[in-house]
Amino acid sequence: MTDAVSQFGAFVLEQVGQLGRMLMLFGEILRTTFTRRPRWAETIEQTYQIGWKSQLVVLVTGAFIGMVFSAETGVQFHKVKMDTAVGPVVSIAMLRELAPMLTALMVAGRVGASIAAELGTMKVTEQLDAMRSMGTSPVNFLAVPRFVAMLVALPLLTAESMFFGIFSGYMVAVHMLGIDRAYFLENMVQFTNAKDVIVGLIKSVFFAVFIALVSCYKGFNASEGAEGVGRATTEAVVVSSLTVLVANFFIAVLFNAVLPP
Amino acid sequence: MIKVENLQKSFNGAAVLRGVELEVKDGETLVVIGGSGSGKSVLLKHLCGLLKPDAGKVVVEDTDIVPLSEDELAPIRRTFGVLFQGGALFDSMTVFDNVAFPLREQHKFSEPEVEERVTRELQVVDLAKAADKKPAELSGGMRKRAGLARACVAQPKYILYDEPTTGLDPIRADRINRLILRLRDELHVTGVAVTHDMISAYKIADRIAMLHEGRIYTVGTPQEIQSNPDPVVRKFVTGVSDRSQEVALGEANVH
Repeated sequence: MTDAVSQFGAFVLEQVGQLGRMLMLFGEILRTTFTRRPRWAETIEQTYQIGWKSQLVVLVTGAFIGMVFSAETGVQFHKVKMDTAVGPVVSIAMLRELAPMLTALMVAGRVGASIAAELGTMKVTEQLDAMRSMGTSPVNFLAVPRFVAMLVALPLLTAESMFFGIFSGYMVAVHMLGIDRAYFLENMVQFTNAKDVIVGLIKSVFFAVFIALVSCYKGFNASEGAEGVGRATTEAVVVSSLTVLVANFFIAVLFNAVLPP
Repeated sequence: MIKVENLQKSFNGAAVLRGVELEVKDGETLVVIGGSGSGKSVLLKHLCGLLKPDAGKVVVEDTDIVPLSEDELAPIRRTFGVLFQGGALFDSMTVFDNVAFPLREQHKFSEPEVEERVTRELQVVDLAKAADKKPAELSGGMRKRAGLARACVAQPKYILYDEPTTGLDPIRADRINRLILRLRDELHVTGVAVTHDMISAYKIADRIAMLHEGRIYTVGTPQEIQSNPDPVVRKFVTGVSDRSQEVALGEANVH
């Protein structure tokens, strides 16, 4: 019993310590972003890697979520003769919840893993030490471009996901379920407004910070060997995905109070 | 000049350095020898502030670098070139860009100057034809030579060599040894090398320091180390694992 308590205590202390170190890295990234010479070439390259190369997975996810959401709600709403409500339900769900969260989860899986694996490999092969030995800060050279690229790319990917989710939901509702196009669009426009888009995009900014920070932290702190890099990669995906899911709830509650639908 | 005073470092409770005292004089090449896991690379990383000790001082040019922040260390680190054990080349860059990295980071050189210096360094280490290759396409020895070119290209005052000849064939190892000597003789670079390779150590060292059980066990010229009768030193420099084997080897040679 005492052992279990002390193990739990050690676990909690370790988690608190990690959180503290992660916040210190966040502070260092912010300080470096505004005080050092911008690294445009690396930032553009990372924006391409994170944004452009994630498009397929994000668009397919957004489109099929919109389609399935439309199909499921269409069938259920048909039972209570509310078929035309499918439009606003799909659009609000995509804008406020599904597009930001699922895009973030897909990016956490694809890009978060890649960042942690790349930085972790650089750590265990002494490339980070080599960089420091030449007077170059790995935070400035590696973390800041990835952080900025994520802040640019994730909201854009989220916006794309929103559009394709709603569009594919519309296609299913109108062409598969036979819902009248005019009613679908009229109701969607009536019940959806700019606040829903803004809330979704602001969420994506928060998620970008979480994914970039967690992935960079796990990569920079990978332990020795291939096993250490593997563990860092897994932890980056798990921790950033869980952070996105948990934070999504609290941000949603906050925005429902500040910017109600 | 680099001066190390009472340097102590532990990892997870295991003491690696237990009070190292060492002085590297300007213009000399000091070779640190010692068994595997004796802390040679750990000592080397302390010299340019890549590791922080638990206690002790590392004085570079009258400045104790131990309490300095990463930002404060940056200009001091630019006076160093470091050759890492596996080369530590950046995977995402070509050999050319790797060697150009320290020059570009200093923002003092135009791109034609960078190109000229990098090309010259790559010719010196016999890698001119590999300039456009990525590190993954190189052999271990080529990576090490590219790492050496990167360490030298900015003409630093100090160069730290971590196992400079390990993994190289004897001819290339000799070429690296001669390059290290040339850096010392022509450019007056102060060098610290850690190595297991006694042939290389005898060839490049002005002085050899032996690290044993976390402390500097002995320091001397290559001749002094070769003729040192201390059994710990003898065992290491002759490469014989225990005394009985050394005796047996001697008897076999007699017969």
